[in-house]
Amino acid sequence: MAFLKKHQVLERSPTLLLVFSFLVVTVGGIVEIAPLFYLENTIEEVEGVRPYSPLELTGRDIYVREGCYVCHSQMIRPMRDEVERYGHYSLAAESMYDHPHQWGSKRTGPDLARVGGRYSDAWHVDHMNDPQSVVPESIMPKYAFLGRTPINGEYVADLLATHRIVGVPYTDEMIEQARADFLVQADPDGDWDALLERYPGAVVSNFDGQPGVTEMDALIAYLQMLGTLVDFSTFTPDASR
Amino acid sequence: MSETEIDEETGIDTTGHEWDGIKELNNPLPRWWLWCFYLTIIWGIGYTIAYPAWPLLSSATTGVLGYSTRAEVAAEIAEYEARNAELRTALANADLTTLPENPDLNRFAVAGGAAVFRSHCSQCHGSGAAGAKGYPNLLDDDWLWGGDIDTIAYTINHGIRNETDPDAHWSQMPAFGEILERGEIDQTVAFVQKLSGQEHDATLAEAGAVIFEEQCSACHGEAGLGDREQGAPNLTDAIWLYGGDADALHETITYSRFGVMPAWGQRLSPSDVNAVAAYVHQLGGGE
Repeated sequence: MAFLKKHQVLERSPTLLLVFSFLVVTVGGIVEIAPLFYLENTIEEVEGVRPYSPLELTGRDIYVREGCYVCHSQMIRPMRDEVERYGHYSLAAESMYDHPHQWGSKRTGPDLARVGGRYSDAWHVDHMNDPQSVVPESIMPKYAFLGRTPINGEYVADLLATHRIVGVPYTDEMIEQARADFLVQADPDGDWDALLERYPGAVVSNFDGQPGVTEMDALIAYLQMLGTLVDFSTFTPDASR
Repeated sequence: MSETEIDEETGIDTTGHEWDGIKELNNPLPRWWLWCFYLTIIWGIGYTIAYPAWPLLSSATTGVLGYSTRAEVAAEIAEYEARNAELRTALANADLTTLPENPDLNRFAVAGGAAVFRSHCSQCHGSGAAGAKGYPNLLDDDWLWGGDIDTIAYTINHGIRNETDPDAHWSQMPAFGEILERGEIDQTVAFVQKLSGQEHDATLAEAGAVIFEEQCSACHGEAGLGDREQGAPNLTDAIWLYGGDADALHETITYSRFGVMPAWGQRLSPSDVNAVAAYVHQLGGGE
């Protein structure tokens, strides 16, 4: 076949082969990836999802730094056993402000997509300090040093600004007030009304039970809001998606 | 490069490639392999027709089978719930105190409750319900807020000292480090040790009795037997949630304790709450 003979031209020239295989892969990539940005049924609008508060975002950074995603996923798949155990399956919109997302792909420990509110703050402290003290069969390492590492939110405004560059809709006000919001979220005696107005549903608590803000406060603040933003008693996802 | 030629030995074409006189035979691909390859192409086309696949302008093709992961999981859950619907409705509306009189429902509740307990409660109370420091043992007959089955169900539903349920059990022990002098706390510790029958310093305990009467008896009772209305533990027995030695008592009195339990009524269905209440109640300590 003459048509196949033409292919030999490509096969016999490494440069041409490289150029044309790149073209093929590009077309494949565009077909697979580009539609996700405009297809209506891949962009589901969900009420309640908001950007992370400064303390939560700091906690999220600690989550990433410590590699929690290596053992914990944040993605409840639409399967009955997972829904029964962890709660409503995850929606794409719930990680729309995650850069990068923490879906993970490995569950040595349980999924954390809806861990928010599931345990008390004190449990999280006990569990980070010594996981085996509350779950004897656990193989999780100890993270007690988080509670001994004070943080002051010095650069938290920059952190928010960075996330704004990649598309998180932080307002100028949010960035201006970042430091104050950061500090007040771990101080139940403070004036946190403005924080809750900017970040509805944020949990204000002295998470680690000791004065001052530590990495433990930030991480628990993050964990306690995971999966709590969407109210599934009022929101029913479209089953055709 | 050289032209293809027919190999004399085998009668098969060569590819025309030659390296130092070594030539390559142009053997065709095995027929079975080729057919499998064509089959995967046909399969692929069929697959994209049957299942959601090709992106169009506003959505992707939905596929002739109408498959949807979300619809499938919803159907699966509905099917499971329908299978147990009768028992679940009965359990959700059951009078828990008379549950054991209905053996079928009781068996369903205890078995289902055990499963709920393992996935939602064991992280704090332990997989065997024996608790841990700060998390009560549910196997014994010592109850902070009450051990009859209705109270257990209430506690599971509304939780303890959480911010999410206004009906949660609520009480707060003061941090006596801000109220009492250091010496007075020592005396109170000695008195609590005396109450619980431990070795103690008799003179300190005598002074501590007065402080206990003034500061502690409103919740823990004059005899230190506790008060379930306020979740105040009995101090006369050997059961300690946070430890009963002098150091632990010192810490408890100075900084107080504030155990929180989430409101599970917000996460579990009414029948699941009743099931886990039945499970906990029959563990050994139920009243």
